[in-house]
Amino acid sequence: MERLPILKIGQMLLVSIQVDLRDDMVVALQEDLADRIVETGARGVVIDITALDIVDSFTGRMLATMAALSRVLDADTVVVGMRPAVAITLVELGLSLDGIKTALDVERGMRLLSLAGGTAR
Amino acid sequence: MTAQELPISGDADVVRVRQAVRAAAVEAKLSLVDQTKLVTAASELARNTLTYGGGGGALVEQVQNGLRKGVKAVFHDKGPGIADVAQALTDGFTSGSGMGLGLGGARRLVDEFAIDTAPGDGTTVTVVKWAR
Ligand SMILES: Nc1ncnc2c1ncn2[C@@H]1O[C@H](COP(=O)(O)OP(=O)(O)O)[C@@H](O)[C@H]1O
Ligand SMILES: [Mg+2]
Repeated sequence: MERLPILKIGQMLLVSIQVDLRDDMVVALQEDLADRIVETGARGVVIDITALDIVDSFTGRMLATMAALSRVLDADTVVVGMRPAVAITLVELGLSLDGIKTALDVERGMRLLSLAGGTAR
Repeated sequence: MTAQELPISGDADVVRVRQAVRAAAVEAKLSLVDQTKLVTAASELARNTLTYGGGGGALVEQVQNGLRKGVKAVFHDKGPGIADVAQALTDGFTSGSGMGLGLGGARRLVDEFAIDTAPGDGTTVTVVKWAR
């Protein structure tokens, strides 16, 4: 199965989703991300969903789970690049991404994480 | 566009159904937000067909009402069916490990929504989204 790459940039991890997400890839990503946080001691995770043309309840829950999981592992998560049409649809679907930090793009997401103290351990 | 029948028997098929619905929605000139709503609803319903229906298929076609174009998608399976449809449509209800937002959410995201199901008799969910 194709796995999503997780890049280490400084003290942060970047997951840039560039393909049409299959559910099995989403499940694998959750596991890989937990492993990588522990392995690298990363304090921040940026998940870039700019390329995602939809977020349904499965993917939405995955984003929430990854945010919760990284919190337990002492890292902060920011979801960046959500398209306006996706955000509108998510609200109508009934999914609230409460508790998930968001930013417009990767750069702002990284800045948000470093302001939150995500670069020093 | 002619009607297109797609099998749903694995995760990759759910992706293909989304892509087919997106293509039909673009062709019917739905707005970007309406395309996104319809494709999201289709993703939820295709996943239900796979997870709860044990697999099945989707029929995707363009429809026309006077000058108005739209996209119709029919998700069908020969699985266990749904005994209590009202309960299944309730936000937060799941008999599995989902969020319970698929059916109710899909209904909110489209213009027309119908479920035909009976215990032991499979499930067919039909949705339509019209161009504005
Ligand atoms: N095609 C189907 N066949 C049988 N049961 C279904 C089908 N689709 C939905 N259901 C039932 O309706 C419930 C609610 O579905 P949904 O709103 O999509 O939430 P979830 O997928 O998170 O469980 C499911 O848990 C299942 O019990
Ligand atoms: Mg569902």
